[in-house]
Amino acid sequence: MAADYKGQPILAVEGLKQYFRVSSSFTVKAVDNVSFRIYPGETYGLVGESGSGKSTIGRSVIRLYDPTAGKITFNGMDISKKISKSDSKALRTQMQMIFQDPMASLNPRKKVEDIIGEGLDIHHAYSSRSERKQKIDAILAKVGLAPEHSSRYPHQFSGGQRQRVGIARALIMNPKLIIADECISALDVSIQAQVVNLMKDIQQETGAAYLFIAHDLSMVKYISDRIGVLHLGHLLETGTTDEIFENPVHPYTRSLLSAIPSPNPVLEKNRTAESYDYRTSGLDYTKGTDHHVSGSHYVKCTDEEFQRFTAR
Amino acid sequence: MAEAKEKILNIENLDITFRTTAGPVHAIRGVNIDLYKGETVAIVGESGSGKSVTMKAAMGILAGNSVINSGTIEFSYKHEDGTPEKVDILTKDKKWIRRHINGKRMAMVFQDPMTSLNPTMTIGKQIMEGMIWHFKTPRQEAWNKAVELLKEVGIEDAEKRMKNYPHQLSGGMRQRVVIAIALSCNPDLLICDEPTTALDVTIQAKIIELIRRVQKERGISVIYITHDLGVVAKVADYVNVMYAGKIVEKGNINEIFYDPRHPYTWGLLSAMPDLDTDDERLYTIPGSPPNLLHEKPGDAFAPRNRYALVLDDKAEPPMFRITETHSAATWLLDPRAPKVEMPQELKNRIERMKKEAMANGSRL
Repeated sequence: MAADYKGQPILAVEGLKQYFRVSSSFTVKAVDNVSFRIYPGETYGLVGESGSGKSTIGRSVIRLYDPTAGKITFNGMDISKKISKSDSKALRTQMQMIFQDPMASLNPRKKVEDIIGEGLDIHHAYSSRSERKQKIDAILAKVGLAPEHSSRYPHQFSGGQRQRVGIARALIMNPKLIIADECISALDVSIQAQVVNLMKDIQQETGAAYLFIAHDLSMVKYISDRIGVLHLGHLLETGTTDEIFENPVHPYTRSLLSAIPSPNPVLEKNRTAESYDYRTSGLDYTKGTDHHVSGSHYVKCTDEEFQRFTAR
Repeated sequence: MAEAKEKILNIENLDITFRTTAGPVHAIRGVNIDLYKGETVAIVGESGSGKSVTMKAAMGILAGNSVINSGTIEFSYKHEDGTPEKVDILTKDKKWIRRHINGKRMAMVFQDPMTSLNPTMTIGKQIMEGMIWHFKTPRQEAWNKAVELLKEVGIEDAEKRMKNYPHQLSGGMRQRVVIAIALSCNPDLLICDEPTTALDVTIQAKIIELIRRVQKERGISVIYITHDLGVVAKVADYVNVMYAGKIVEKGNINEIFYDPRHPYTWGLLSAMPDLDTDDERLYTIPGSPPNLLHEKPGDAFAPRNRYALVLDDKAEPPMFRITETHSAATWLLDPRAPKVEMPQELKNRIERMKKEAMANGSRL
């Protein structure tokens, strides 16, 4: 199922702010005025360095944090304020998360079937033991694991297999949106490819939308339909994957792209990555407004900065 | 180069087993690595292939349950007065290695800068520690040198930072401090064990450039352990591809990237995401690395190899020499083997890379 841009977005984030008060005089503005939309069946990649607020956005969206300001609409319901009990139930089943470190995010004392089946247990989503087992086995098969794996513990798996368990856990409730927070960063390159392919297959099959959070742009390119570049809590540049990769406008995006090492030794040896430092760049993110580049490609900056970026 | 190169490290036929409760794990099965002065060697492989264990053996910091079955690790260095010395690390006891090798002549940069720094010591103290211990440097002099080092690795406000604790620094800064510590005693050999895996791409690029600059300025040798071939392309002169405790292909950087011969190397190269194509799917190496607890006859890679021959299940392939520097351990290189070409997609990609390289005026 291809992404459906005509209908209602599955997730709409408007002017999201997430501040953390450290002391009476100091507040961390982890996410500052971020807006984006995710449509059913599409993958939205959120990239940026550590500390840019990308994980915070994921956690605010799934309501692990209470947003300071802004509106989050998921599947037609406003989830940024206090949520009613029935909305909460819908939210907990229809939105799921895959975490970064598969070893730390799986309970070491639980068998895989119980880790995966926990959602079913909580929401009473089966009528008999055999139905529960059947559902778990079906999900295991979907992520490329065998039914006999269900009675094992997380430590008996390799890193890639563990991440498959994490994906299976997210899939069991048939979510409409999956938030994948750096879900491949802890894996080897060859295993990363396996997991990314698996996630693509699952999307084809189930039509779930992904919010894919990562710092590695080369993998993001493979999986994402659209990309948002985040730095210091500001969404600097958004557009389709092609628009961002063909024509990166913001210097921060350009530095991210040029930091990807290419597997071509002769070229790579003589190349220095473009560097970018916010403090010395003279840019002020808080003054920026969205400027239209082309198609769905927007960049956040002031008018004067926009002229400078596009003049190149 | 015509001039004779000075060999710094020579690992020959290294074979290591770990005794575990589940039985012996044969982690290293006959590894040979040469390293010359001023050069960079990369060791590439998936987790569990034995790349870190090999280098830990060279540092003499293997875990207590390891048994070295055979092999030599010869390390050449010069005494303070300039007389050359060659030792076999494996025959020396831990105390001797601590006194004469670790930190002083061979230093290591570890993967995670949060766990490799002492959280209860200021970074200044941690940088000075090695100098004071090895050379009995007076405190003031060590302090000054530590400030110099912090500046060298690109930390601003070095004097102020000396009094900081690791938790006060960002991930990239911490890794710079780790590098400063490694450089504090002027080692001849720097071993970098996945130095950038825990870091962001932008920080990764900066750290790699830092290591390259330091290497050039000081003329030291570097061993780079990584699973990221993009990093390898940037730093290495020679590449060793490791699989299941063995080196399956070795060669200089151009040979490995433009003329790979082993199916595992093909797999690794194909699995790299490519920014220039619009393929819908990434190539993957099927399956996962073998469990070395259960040793099977034949080529360890055979079960994951779509080019495997019948022979691969019976006998382990020897290293076949392709050129002076390039060799690979696969039966496909045997003259009697059927002719097998690398996958078409990879071939196209290499052709494209070669063209790009040519276009930039470099020769292969």
